[in-house]
Amino acid sequence: MANTRAGKRKTKRFYLLLTSMTILLLAVGLVLTALQDSISLFLDPSDLAESNLSDGQRVRLGGLVVEESFFKDEDGLTYRFDITDGNETVKVIYKGSLPDLFREGQGVVVEGEINNSGPFFATEVLAKHDENYMPKEVIESLKKRGVFQYSDGEENI
Amino acid sequence: MIVESGHYALILACTLSLVQGIFPLYGALTGRGRLMRLSAPTAYGQFFFVSIAFGALMYAFIVSDFSVVNVAKNSHTLKPMLYKVSATWGNHEGSILLWALILALYGAAVAFFGRKLPKTLYVKVLSIQALIGLGFYLFLLLTSNPFERLYPFPMEGSGLNPLLQDPGLAFHPPLLYLGYVGLSVTFSFAVGALIEGRVDAAWARWVRPWTLLAWCFLTAGITLGSWWAYYELGWGGWWFWDPVENASFMPWLVATALLHSAIVVEKRDTLKAWTILLAIIAFSFSLLGTFIVRSGVLTSVHAFATDPERGVFILAFLFLVIGGSLLLFALRADKLQAGGLFAPISRESMLVINNLLLSVAAMVVMFGTLYPLLRDALTGDKITVGPPFFNLAFGFLMIPLLLVMGLGPSASWKRADLAGIVSRLGFVFATSLVAALAFFYMLGGGEIMAAVWLGLGLWLMAATFYEWADRVKLFKVNAMKRIRRQPRASVGMSFGHLGLAIAVLGMAGSSYWGTEQQKIMAYGDEINIGGYDVNFRDTNGIIGPNYTAVRGAFDIRKNGKIVATLEPEARLFSTPPMPTTEAAIYSTLMGDLFIVIGEANNKTYDQWAVRLYYKPLQTWLWGGVVVMVFGGFISLSDRRFRMGAAKKKIN
Repeated sequence: MANTRAGKRKTKRFYLLLTSMTILLLAVGLVLTALQDSISLFLDPSDLAESNLSDGQRVRLGGLVVEESFFKDEDGLTYRFDITDGNETVKVIYKGSLPDLFREGQGVVVEGEINNSGPFFATEVLAKHDENYMPKEVIESLKKRGVFQYSDGEENI
Repeated sequence: MIVESGHYALILACTLSLVQGIFPLYGALTGRGRLMRLSAPTAYGQFFFVSIAFGALMYAFIVSDFSVVNVAKNSHTLKPMLYKVSATWGNHEGSILLWALILALYGAAVAFFGRKLPKTLYVKVLSIQALIGLGFYLFLLLTSNPFERLYPFPMEGSGLNPLLQDPGLAFHPPLLYLGYVGLSVTFSFAVGALIEGRVDAAWARWVRPWTLLAWCFLTAGITLGSWWAYYELGWGGWWFWDPVENASFMPWLVATALLHSAIVVEKRDTLKAWTILLAIIAFSFSLLGTFIVRSGVLTSVHAFATDPERGVFILAFLFLVIGGSLLLFALRADKLQAGGLFAPISRESMLVINNLLLSVAAMVVMFGTLYPLLRDALTGDKITVGPPFFNLAFGFLMIPLLLVMGLGPSASWKRADLAGIVSRLGFVFATSLVAALAFFYMLGGGEIMAAVWLGLGLWLMAATFYEWADRVKLFKVNAMKRIRRQPRASVGMSFGHLGLAIAVLGMAGSSYWGTEQQKIMAYGDEINIGGYDVNFRDTNGIIGPNYTAVRGAFDIRKNGKIVATLEPEARLFSTPPMPTTEAAIYSTLMGDLFIVIGEANNKTYDQWAVRLYYKPLQTWLWGGVVVMVFGGFISLSDRRFRMGAAKKKIN
């Protein structure tokens, strides 16, 4: 009796283990597949200039919007502006709507594909929705390039 | 003076938590009754003093006392009163104080409602609760003092981010925290039980209401945040898989798993160690979530360089709480005797599958959230993991979950009859499949995944209804009587599952059939979207309390009749100077029409950039969550969960 009971317990343990392993393997498989196309590297304009990434790779580009570089095309929906990190500057073209926080002289992060032969075509301009006005990556990039200006309100960065 | 009293009260609360955390616990371990009796009064006292501290900070915000650093940084005299009050928790220090307040509130609630608990467990639970509190008080006093003074002080504050000046977001943090912190009670119960070395059906019955309460608040809090993002950010999206959102979603997933595994402990006296582990993980995720959102420390490894003090404290605290409880778990888990066996086809095994899927899903979300951090630390690459990752990996795991969710309640405990379930629910499954395909073509076809989600939503809805109808024998005599006599817990379960079904349909509708148009519109221009004719009438200038705005007027016609006039605004706040958009939304059961006005396209100000969205079934998403939370509260009112209610014999 004790033996069969223990045996039963073992088979049931085995089922449980089998189910858990299946689900775990499934999850790992999913994670690896899903990860392929949805990672984007963050670059600043200097990184972009130095990089040897090939056309079509998705990246995020961040920096400050250059003062007086912003203008709108005839259609009213296509925007052009320059992004700088103090050393290098990249021309960006974006068709779509801009987030509320977008301003010249402010930090911005755009997402798009590498285009080694011309301007950076952004597919998305990211809106940050927390109380830090400046995207964190941009602050780090500016500090690295030595052009970050500290102000009084610096907190929680 | 009042501010200093607040500071002083906080120190007193901190001291009381130290007393409550150590002496009664020592008393319980050595059998000294007098020390154990310290538990309740210190819990009440702690709550009293931390309330005073919180009140003092709120007072400073209400009277705009800019000699307090925190107020000067986050408030402004011109702000409406509601946002002066909500600014109290709209910043790092204040939000941690709110956390401590809610923690003490739960501590006092356990002290009060748990009086009938076995004395030693009661004392241990309260001591653990106090020790967590101690960590938060020390964090506040040593690294994030909300009462710090400023001299010389400014005449005016620098204001609160206008995006946060919104009723939805004013109440989002308190609700979310009631959820996060509610899980601390479950955690304390789990650790208490580990020290006692005993987990039984009664324990599960004591823990479930607290978990359920936390789950209800967490669900409501997350959804309020999502709803805010939907109408305030003006992008027509409601979930972005942002680390901040994931931070609140991970504890939710684990809490949901915990809610279900505790039922197995209660009914079948098994899965004990697993349930304890879930309780520990759920609270660990809440702590992680709080710190991800509030301090920004965990979103970037470099944050340690700018604020090493806080970072080190947080890391040490997380390490102590999570590591300590896991160590205790490793040492004591074998003391928890495993209960009965269970068959592969039974309600408990369905609940196990639910638990596996939910916890794996939580791990997937955690991986996606923390992977960029890991990669940054290891290689220095800065990467982001985008929504496609989560949609694919997380979404895929939800498909079997929703399938099993329809089956589970119809399976009986111990050993269910698979053939019986299939023959009964097969028809329901086939019907929902046909209905999904019919809807799919009605909505104009589209991606195949859209049909899958539609089908799953309908399946869950139908299966939930079928199980309920079967349980109350809807078509037999005296059905009304049986409907009324259903235990509240099972009524709550039906509502909870039904709510999720409705929400899934809403998600599918708005994600797969949503349409969007961006146009430059001149006065009098007309656009057709989602079956509505939208006519741009004109714009007006508006002056608000701390902003100026342009307000557009759009007449919405359906079949030639005006059904609504939408007035979206583009606001410009003065302190801090920042523009925001206020979307205007026309909601019906069928979908939301969502209009955002941007900036003028010309110097004569009669052409404007306008964005229009049509989101089918969007209201179902919000409505579904309301039904879910409603179900949670119904379940909470079940007699069985009242502390001290006569112990029922477990079958």
